[in-house]
Parts: sequence; structure tokens; C-alpha cells
Amino acid sequence: MTHPVHRPGHVGARFPKVDGAGKADGSGVYADDIHLPRMLHAKILRSPHANARIRGIDVSEATRYPGVVATLVGAEMPAKYGVIPWTHDEQALATDHARFVGDEVACVAALDERTADEALRLIRVDYEPLPALLSVEDALAHPEIKVNERAKVGNVTKHVELEFGPVDDALARAAAVCHQVYEYAGSTHAPIEPHCAVARVDGDGNLTVWSSTQIPHYVQRELSRVLGLPQSKVRVIQPLLGGAFGGKSDPFSLEFCVAKLALKTGRPVKILFTREEVFYAHRGRHPMRMDVKVALDRDGRISAVDNKIQIDGGAYASFGLVTAYYAGQLLTGPYRFGTYRFDSTRVYTNKPPCGPKRGHGSVQPRFAFEVALDEAAEQLGIDPIEVRRRNFIGENVETVNGQRITSNGFLKCLDLVEAASAWTERHGKLGPGRGLGVAGSMYISGTAYPVYPNEMPQSGVLLKLDRSGRVTVYSGASDIGQGVNTLLCQICAEEMGCDPRDVTVVAADTDLTPVDLGAYSSRVTFMVGLAAREACEKLADKLRAAVAAKLGCAPADVRLELGTAAGPQGTMSFAEACQLAEAGEGATLAATGGYRTKKLGGDYRGGTIGASPAYSFTAHVAEVEVDEETGIWTVHKLWAAHDCGKALNPTLVEGQIEGSVYMGAAEAQMEEMIYDQNGLLFGPSLLDYRIPTSLDTPQIDAHIVESHDPNGPYGAKEAGEGPLHPAIPAIANALHDACGIRIRQLPFYPQRILRLLRERDARRGGSERVA
Amino acid sequence: MSTGHRRKTLVRLLVNGEEHTLAVPVQRTLLEALRYELGLTGSKQGCDKGDCGACTVLARPRDASGRGEPILSCITLAQDAQDLALTTIEGLAGPQGLDPIQRAFADCGALQCGFCQPGMMLSARALLDQCPRPTLPQIQEALSGNLCRCTGYTKIYEAVEVAAGLREPASRPPVSSERAAASDQVAHVPKEIAP
Repeated sequence: MTHPVHRPGHVGARFPKVDGAGKADGSGVYADDIHLPRMLHAKILRSPHANARIRGIDVSEATRYPGVVATLVGAEMPAKYGVIPWTHDEQALATDHARFVGDEVACVAALDERTADEALRLIRVDYEPLPALLSVEDALAHPEIKVNERAKVGNVTKHVELEFGPVDDALARAAAVCHQVYEYAGSTHAPIEPHCAVARVDGDGNLTVWSSTQIPHYVQRELSRVLGLPQSKVRVIQPLLGGAFGGKSDPFSLEFCVAKLALKTGRPVKILFTREEVFYAHRGRHPMRMDVKVALDRDGRISAVDNKIQIDGGAYASFGLVTAYYAGQLLTGPYRFGTYRFDSTRVYTNKPPCGPKRGHGSVQPRFAFEVALDEAAEQLGIDPIEVRRRNFIGENVETVNGQRITSNGFLKCLDLVEAASAWTERHGKLGPGRGLGVAGSMYISGTAYPVYPNEMPQSGVLLKLDRSGRVTVYSGASDIGQGVNTLLCQICAEEMGCDPRDVTVVAADTDLTPVDLGAYSSRVTFMVGLAAREACEKLADKLRAAVAAKLGCAPADVRLELGTAAGPQGTMSFAEACQLAEAGEGATLAATGGYRTKKLGGDYRGGTIGASPAYSFTAHVAEVEVDEETGIWTVHKLWAAHDCGKALNPTLVEGQIEGSVYMGAAEAQMEEMIYDQNGLLFGPSLLDYRIPTSLDTPQIDAHIVESHDPNGPYGAKEAGEGPLHPAIPAIANALHDACGIRIRQLPFYPQRILRLLRERDARRGGSERVA
Repeated sequence: MSTGHRRKTLVRLLVNGEEHTLAVPVQRTLLEALRYELGLTGSKQGCDKGDCGACTVLARPRDASGRGEPILSCITLAQDAQDLALTTIEGLAGPQGLDPIQRAFADCGALQCGFCQPGMMLSARALLDQCPRPTLPQIQEALSGNLCRCTGYTKIYEAVEVAAGLREPASRPPVSSERAAASDQVAHVPKEIAP
């Protein structure tokens, strides 16, 4: 068989992942693959009540159980924490209040996992059950019952109300208004790797925590705060990560528990969540109820958008303060809004906390808006692609809420999916039960501000050249499967002409690497890419100067490429160039680079939330088929075109698009966090909470569009989250094209489709009788 | 409370051609024995109840030939695997290096986080052992017991077809390119990149 000849892995090449072989042969080390001498295994006791006062916890019997080495209760580390500094509302273990079924209450470390599990049953917790508030309605109706004491008003985590322009005037003058209510179900990330953390304390009291986290830096900060250790004594290392999607971007109970137990016992401690516990850790997609008005003028231009959003947050804030803003702030492209208003309320409820799932906060309003836009355009008889084209906001513009858009390849995305799906020939013409739908979206490439205010870089890189020709990149960025470590190698190859396979990436280790804020908000490649490029440029200059001195030419005439340094009259290997430069330097060859976003965003409270140095754009067309007898439907194909600015590695970008489309389609098809009347999560397993298998996943046709953003590294923007958004509304709009129904509630279960089909038939029958 | 789990039993396991004799608790799963007793951590635990397929290993009767069928090691007791010859991901590569399946997964971008991939690759290997030139529906069927959350499966199909010699890895022209006008707030100006 043949294999591709690898071109030098410069920027833009389809270069295989540098950690691919280690993942392929099973030698890659994930958190649960770490096994340390004398290591203990710990398990966490969880609340069986959705809302309960804890009057006492007795661990004495568990402590005496043979094989148990230590127990732990919340009073031993009561400090509150949370990923957002303004909403510290979590405790590693509850001291006096359990807020959902699955909330962490106590912990046992034992010689083996099974013993720890058995000892949990010996812990006596004196609960006083309280009424549980399981819906937004109940939580708002009963402010006297507090889900979380941090809420200042009732059970509200955050309320945001912003208006840009005279929305009511525009609504009154509109040629068409779609006013509907949309309901988005909660779903979860379900990474295949469960959360796992291992802690060790050395003889000098230095704590090391290996954790399956996307945010080593924030975990380090919160461990330091809660445990009362100086940050310099806390080291967090992210090993290979088995999927995350936002589900590992909070500090979690298990990290504090292993650390505290390691401090208590002097022995390494591991906690591996069961799959059931992963569901309780959650931080998944917020259920949202959206009361949306979309108004078009007689030319089909969007004159007003008004969205009243209720967000079911679960028991803790997590990123919820941001969620309440994102739900409104990220809707204002790729279309120009004449006026815009949103009123967004995130509410605490007695359920596992929601958080940032891929496309944080904006997937739900995007669904509602793109379906409402279709409905409004239909009133005016405008083709769904045409209405989107007509409202294109353009490049180098400011949105209605003051976000600055630089590059914008959305029209090209629309063109591509229109052509690929043969839209013009087929939309509205596929016959009963089959149809096409379109949707677009916009997403951020990182946020302009870190979650805790500071003036330091958001991403840093330290680069070292060795006399052997080996390049070492020290990067705090988290490779969570998206492939940033590979891109760092490609950037080194691009700038210094080295072989990308001669680059070692030391990543996501708070002791060894410069800071990076973590893998969230699609910031990683954008920010660390710019930092790496800056460091590479500094070292490339040193190499060129040293080689030029040796070869007797100008530094500008030295070309660094294909593992060599070449001047007009001579060539040497990259390693020789490194040796010359090191001799000239008289010290180790190293350089640093950093990235910090310039000031961005609207000049109003909250105007910086959603401000990003660059925005990505996406368009999807979905083709669906509906069995009108049963309501069972399938997505035959999803065409997705994504403007990522510049594909630093097209294979990795396509992978991000395909994975996003899959995850979006899954939310439309089947995924939902369902609770019973006592707040018990239904079926917290991968059998009951179904995620798509190979047989459920639609055919995905991914297209890359490059708009060369002036701010991104080599023009690059994000690719990991944006391409998820349009999948859901494109499918909903395709269901309308197929059979004339408007589904406004996720997931699109066949029984819901069937009910809509029957209502449609009743309407048609009724109108025939009237006629 | 029962402490019966502390009773150990001797089991013989034939893994990747090596014979091991272990004393394990009677309820030790094959996955736990592989990971924690033998250090073969390439087999992954995603659910520990047979739903996700990350723990997949190949098994055949000891007196049979070939690598056998995929089984779920997390719902197989170690003591019930004694009559089997097992292949884990660590045993898939040969003296010549990675198995074509492993090479193709790495080359095609079928690996993102990589956590489901050992099981996925073993299921794919079993398919190709039985059916060297599978159709796409056959690939989808054969991999339907292995959940992947990263890739949308698209590049996994491609990798299986590449490993089967049915196609080359993607070399399609990547992009539709159009250059944006310069921003007045340029933070970093991109260089021209040679195509």
C-alpha cells in the first residue's frame, strides 16, 4: 500500500499529528494511565437529594474500614471557588447544602478503588430534604427557596438586558415579523475519557496534580486558593486528554479532593470518575427558552431582532455569567441587524450545573434565530439563501452591538454549500418527505479578556534551539485533540525551516511552560499561534545573522528551509546553523513570544463580552428525509463550509468541522439531559443518554474557506466551535422544506415530528373544508 | 459488608503472544487486568459497562489462528478470558512498525483526542482481517460498537479505506481563498504564504 509523501510540514500543509503515532500504538499517556508507587484510590460520596440541608456528616465508621487510609469532608477545605472570579459558588465537598442529585459530599481514599467505594456506604450523612426547584419557572416562582446562596436576587445567577437602537419602532414598521418561542434541550459533552486526576506531594511540600483538564492555569490558581498553598507550590499538568468539548474547563471536585488527600496522607492519590459521575460533573449545554421576534423590512432586510431568553443553569454558576451575555452578544453576525434587543436570565436550579459546551451560549439562540429568519423570509417569499446573502454584514465593520468584524468569508461559505447541495435545482423541489435547509453562523476566535482581569499575556511561548538541531517549544496551551501541538511544530517549520518532526512540544505544565489560559472560547491556535510565531521570528533572525556572518552575505539573503540554511554561496544544515548561532550568542539559544488582545468591544457594561480579535463564519445546508407515517427522519447529508481565515493544517481543520457538524446534528437528533420529578438524571450512561454511532451520523461534506484575517496567525481564525452552530437550524429548516412543519423544540424526536405532521394535516384539512 | 472481593484467584492470560499468570480478585475485569496488572494501558475505560467500545480487544480461541473477533474487555472477567488468545493495541504493531490501520489513522487525521482509537482500530483490524475490501456500509456496521466523540467518523472511514488500499489519503485542494481587506486595527500583519 502507499502512504503520502510528507511535504515539509509548513503552515498550510496536511501534516499528520505529531502525537498521532503515540495515540495509534497505545503508548500515549492519559490521566488514568498514570500509576504512581503507593498510590491510593479515592471515591466521592454524592447527594441522593436534589436539594437538602446537611446537618451532619459522620465518617468515623468509614475511617475504620479495613483498607481505608483517609476520609475527607468539606469542612477541611470550605473555601468557595469557581472558574469565574465573580461567581465563586462551589465547594469541593458540600459543607451544609447539597444542591443536586450527584453533588459531592464526602470522599474516601483507600488502598484500592473497590474498598473506597464500599467505605462510602459507611458514611452517615444527616440530610434535611428541601423542596427541589427543577425548572426555570419554579426557580423564579420560589425566590424564598435558595438553590445557591450566591444568588443576590431570588435564584437568578445573572440577568442582562441590552438594547441597540429603537427595536419597538422597527418592529412596528416591519413588513414581516416572525414571533415564536423556541426551546433548546440541555445536552452534555460526553467525552469518551472520564475525568481523572492524580495528585502527589513531594518531601518539600510541592503539590503536583495531573488532571484531564482544559484549563491547567485556572486549576492551579483555584487549587492554590482553596488549599491555601502558594501558587508556586502547585503544579498542574495536563496529560493527553481524551476529549473535552468544554466539559473539562472548570475546576472540578476531584482535583481538590486528590490534592487534599495527598497532602493529608503523604501518598499519591487518584480519582477516576465513573461514567455516571461524568454526567453529574456535566457543565453541558444550557436548556434555553427563547421568545424571539425577527422583523424584516419590505426588502427583506433584518430591521429588528428581539430575544427574551431564559436559561436553566443548574446548581452552580460555572461560566454562567458569560453564558447570559453570550446568548445575546454573539448573534449579531454574519447579518446586519438594524436594531437589536436581548433580555437574558440565567437561573439556578437543583440540577447538575450547565456550562460551556462547544459553541458556548450561542448555539441555542442561533437555532432560534435562523429558524425564525427562515419563517420571516417565507412570509415575503424570499429564498432562504437569498435572505441570508442580502443581509450579509460585510468585512471590516462593526456589528449593531459594537463588535468589530475584520475578515468575513460568509458569502463564500454560502456560495459553496449552495453549489455543493445543488440548492437552486433542488430546494423546494425534492417532493414530499425530502427537503433542504440552510443556516449560517458566526463565532469568536478567543475572547479579548481573561476570566480574571490582568494585563499579562493570554498566551506565551518559550522556544529553545539545541545544537543538535532539535527545537523545543514550551507552550502552556492545551492540546485537547484539536492538534495545537502539531500546529506549533508547523509554525516552527514555517519560520525556521526545520523539519517539524525535529520539534518537541512541552505543553500544558504550569511549572515548565509559560502561561496559557486554556482551551476554551476557540482561543488556542489563534493566541498561542501568534505567540509562537513571534518567538520563532526572533530565533530565525539570530540564525540568519550567524549564518550570514559565516557565509559572508547579508542576513536577508539567508533562506531557512527544508532543514538547511542557505546563502547565495553556500549551504549548511539546520543543526550547523544552530551551532553557529549558539557560538555567537555565547549562551543557550532561546526566545519568547506572547499574545495579548488589544482593547476591543462596545463602550457599555458587558460590551467587552463577546468581543474577539476575529470572528469565524459558517454556512450549512442539510438534506433530510422524513417518513410521514412514523415521524422518523434522517439527515442524508450535511454540507458545511467554514471560514477559518487560513487553514494552518487543512486535515485538522476538516476534522474540527466534521466533529462540530456531528455534534450539532446529534443535538438535533437525539441528545437530551432528562430528569425525573425528584431531580434524578434519567439514565446517566452512554446506553441511555444516546450519542450517535457510525450508523446514526450523517454524511458530512466539509469545505474550508479562507478569508485571511489580518489579526490571526497567518490569517487563521477558529475552527473548533463555529461549525457546530448551523447544523441544528439547517436541519430544522430542511424538515420544513421536506414536509411543511416548523419544529421549535429540541431534540427533534420522531414523536414530535409526528405530532407536527398531524397538526399540519388538521390545518390542511381544515382549510380545505373552509375552501 | 462483604469483603469477598479480596479473595484472589490465579488466572492465565495469553496477551500479544505472551503468557501471564496473575493473582487477581475474582471479579477483576479483563480490562482492569490488562491496564492495572499488565500495564497495557492502551485499552481504555470509557464507560466500564460495555456501551462505548474503548476497551475493545481482539480475542480468538487459543488453538485457532488469526487475531479473532472484537470483545469488550470491561464486561469480560479476567478469569473468563483464560481460554483466549488476546491482541491489544500494543500487540497490533509488528516488527515492521505500525500496522497499516494504525498508520492510516495517524495519516488521515482519524485521530483527534485518540481515546477511542485503540478500540476503534482493533475493530477495524478485525473487519479487514475478515473482509479485506469492505464497502462503506460494512465499515459503518463494523465500527458501530465504538463511539467516537471527536471526528464525526468521517476521517475514520477514510482511514479504514486507505488501510484497505481502496483509496489514497485526502489530497483534495483545501480551500476557497479570498483575501480580506486590511483592518485598521491590525495587531499582527500576516505574511504571504507560498501555496
